[in-house]
Amino acid sequence: MSIDLTRGGEFVTVQLGGQWLGIPVLGVHDVMRMGALTRVPRAPPRVAGVMNLRGRIVTAIDVRRCLGLAARDVGTPPMGVVVEQDGQPYALVVDGVGDVVSVPADRYEPHPGTLSPAWRAVTGGVYRLDELLLVLDVGRLLVSDLAEAA
Amino acid sequence: MDELLVDFLTETAENIGVVDNELVRWEQNPTDRALLDNIFRLVHTIKGTCGFLNLPRLEALAHAGETVLGRVRDGKLTVSTPVITAVLAGLDGIKAILRVLEATGREPEGGDADLIARLERVAAGEATAAGPAAAEPEGTAARAPQSIRVSVELLEQLMTTVSELVLTRNQLMQIARQAGEGDAYTAALQRLSQCVAEIQDGVMQTRMQPVSNAWAALPRMVRNLALDLGKKIELEMVGGDTELDRQLLELIKDPLAHMVRNACDHGLEDPAGRAAAGKRAAGRLRLNAFQEGGHIVIELADDGRGLNLARLKAKAVEAGLLREREAAELSYAQAAKLMFHAGLSTAETVTAVSGRGVGMDVVKANIEKIGGTIEVDSTPGRGTRFTLRIPLTLAIIPVLVVAAGGERFAVPQIAVRELVGAGSEGETRIERLHDAQVLRLRDRLLPVVGLATLLGLPESAGEESYVVVAQAGSFSFGIVVDDVFDTEEIVVKPVAPILAGVTLYSGNAILGDGSVIMILDVNGIAAVGGAAGERFESDLAADADEQGAAAAERDAMLVFRAGSPHPKAVPLSLVSRIEEIAVDRLEWSDGGPVVQYRDDIMPILTVDAAAGLRPAGRQPVLVFNDGGRSVGLAVDEVVDIVEDIIDIRLSGEIGGRLGSAVIGGRVTEVLDAGHYLALGLRPAARPLAAPAAGTAGAAILVVDDSAFFRNMLRPLLSAAGYRVTTAASAEEALRLREAGRRYDLILSDVEMPGLSGVEFARVVKDAGAWAATPMIALSSTAGDAAQVSGREAGFDDYIAKFDRLSLLALLERRLTKVAA
Repeated sequence: MSIDLTRGGEFVTVQLGGQWLGIPVLGVHDVMRMGALTRVPRAPPRVAGVMNLRGRIVTAIDVRRCLGLAARDVGTPPMGVVVEQDGQPYALVVDGVGDVVSVPADRYEPHPGTLSPAWRAVTGGVYRLDELLLVLDVGRLLVSDLAEAA
Repeated sequence: MDELLVDFLTETAENIGVVDNELVRWEQNPTDRALLDNIFRLVHTIKGTCGFLNLPRLEALAHAGETVLGRVRDGKLTVSTPVITAVLAGLDGIKAILRVLEATGREPEGGDADLIARLERVAAGEATAAGPAAAEPEGTAARAPQSIRVSVELLEQLMTTVSELVLTRNQLMQIARQAGEGDAYTAALQRLSQCVAEIQDGVMQTRMQPVSNAWAALPRMVRNLALDLGKKIELEMVGGDTELDRQLLELIKDPLAHMVRNACDHGLEDPAGRAAAGKRAAGRLRLNAFQEGGHIVIELADDGRGLNLARLKAKAVEAGLLREREAAELSYAQAAKLMFHAGLSTAETVTAVSGRGVGMDVVKANIEKIGGTIEVDSTPGRGTRFTLRIPLTLAIIPVLVVAAGGERFAVPQIAVRELVGAGSEGETRIERLHDAQVLRLRDRLLPVVGLATLLGLPESAGEESYVVVAQAGSFSFGIVVDDVFDTEEIVVKPVAPILAGVTLYSGNAILGDGSVIMILDVNGIAAVGGAAGERFESDLAADADEQGAAAAERDAMLVFRAGSPHPKAVPLSLVSRIEEIAVDRLEWSDGGPVVQYRDDIMPILTVDAAAGLRPAGRQPVLVFNDGGRSVGLAVDEVVDIVEDIIDIRLSGEIGGRLGSAVIGGRVTEVLDAGHYLALGLRPAARPLAAPAAGTAGAAILVVDDSAFFRNMLRPLLSAAGYRVTTAASAEEALRLREAGRRYDLILSDVEMPGLSGVEFARVVKDAGAWAATPMIALSSTAGDAAQVSGREAGFDDYIAKFDRLSLLALLERRLTKVAA
């Protein structure tokens, strides 16, 4: 399912390195506290590991890594936002999960040109709310090599 | 019954039921055109299928019914009760025939002239109220159809659910183990477990289909190919009812068709070529499928010209895979394997039939992708045989759980040949050759890869490790892991697309404890672990091993010189070490030279009086070891290690010599290591290996066709305190039995001319005075299949021929058991 990120709607807000980002609520299946992961050596770096979520094998994506952020401090248990892409479940590993916000389409703006390429590669624009809300493009998060390089 | 016929019966039973009901509805609504069309179509289908299956009686009846319906449809006949009644009667006739067909597989004798005549009269518009009203069809409920159709999706869904069920069961079992629940709980769990296993079996069964389904298109294909190529080809198919998982069947269909096409095109000669070779005009292709353990084996053999090895080698050299000299040294089997390398198709010209694009390398890759293997065996002028080994199913597989770098991984059992403990010291230790790691395993160097290194994980600091000897195609290698846990049955799930590019994994699965585990792809590891060139070399090494296994009596001999320029040899496996000892370290004791060696005193012997020690420098010494004591044999130089079929011509006149044999093309003296061991250790007055109390003096019969082995074993066993009798064949051994001789234990070779070891065991264990005598098989091949058949035949144990310490330990254990 591809969701048009420019049309507003409801977003689950997630926090990464002090920045709030939005994930379209329609694509979110689950939000949970991350448990133990099985590492997958030689996998692309953005793959944090695999885990069992009620009998399904879910691939965890380290969003910090995708965004070129430093590794998370040990001791703050990360959260996972489970999304589905092409029938496959993925858990996006983030620092924290906030409220679901509803945003009107007219607040949408494309990326500012100054945003770093890594961030531009995996986000789909920005909404002008009280705070600015960047929206994550899940599809590109999974395939972007650019993010990997960063 | 024929698969097609079963399908037809199921389908027709459904159709007839529909027609029955539709006819009655139609009688009430004679103007309903759609209804009539539907009925006509169904009856037409039945007729058409009958014709296809050669069921003339059914066809005639269905045809008569169809004619009536056709005339009604064309408006030439009006619907009336007599018309309907006649058609219904025709249907009843069809049903009656179907019932017999279902029971016996063929149409009943007799005809339906009355019924057909009646239908024809109706069709001609003659019938009025003629004929009896159709009675309620008899026995409609007499026999329900034997099979029903279920959609594949439903089966797949069932399979998934069962997979989950198996997992949940495993989880429960694990919880029960940890919590140590009560008996009642455990008992219930056991029952549940059993039911789950049965369901699993049942559902797996539903996925099974006869291999013939994948073969169905082949006769036609071969026929067309034969016409196109101007050849005569007979295709024989055996074992088509062997069943295989549906999914796998789909996957082997194309590779198999490709191989058949290749065989027709390249394998078989044209009629002129066959005539010139003195063969029958028609080439033969034989497909044979059978089950063997957890595998389905499919063989494709042709009686054609065999592989053109010269051409294959030339191409390999051209492609830079081999150097000229290497190519020349390749054995037949090794060269034949070249055909699985990309771009080395043997066809001189690319024909329309075999075409370009798909080569045998692709076929091999496809077979390996599903965990199978492919091998080729070819005899020049006699033909080529391919052997495919396919696992029975993909869905649930047993795996071995291992650990490396602090992570756990699963290795499919099917790829695991054996498990070896490897320390940094001792017999099985991992050694380095430049930058390659190898393991000495039964006289062979096995390339090994460290799993942690390969995966970029931290290497463990521990001394102990394990080597999983894995098989990737015909290539075997070792995977070094830190630890080995249980085996577990897991449900394989494909990895997420984001991981699909990582060739090291074939899937992932959820373990009994709920955690996820990555399943290693042995083929992927082989590809990543070995550099391309190295891998090819190893392929050849593996070949040499296989050939050794096939030839059975191929031994590795250490060739050296001592005392004379003539080469001498001992079996490599009897040499535990080759040392160079500084001459100034030699001391004298008991009238002979000794050296302090590994906290012990090792006597140094010379081959004979003529041979001396070096006056200075370093003295090469072959170290024989038995029961912890070592004896050194001084030699002038070590020449080579040669693998050959050793045929010893006995001399036996001079102590320490078994005789002579041709080794590596030269007549070589074969020495009796046992003689030197006994000689060297006598001063210390210690037996070679002290038999445990109660086993000394036990009588052992050694049956082996090879004089070499008999001569090697006799001194060894005598030195260990056993009374030894030897027999050169199973027949000779059985004569000893008839003569009333009794033994405490029988050691027998497996590969023997005449009665083989396995047959010998069967005869002995079957009846007679020796039926209770323990039997140990001596084998140069300790393959699983051989072991299984050996044990079935009655061998109590299996032991590798040259593994003397294990043999002695085993004898002691067995004989103690007998004594007890």
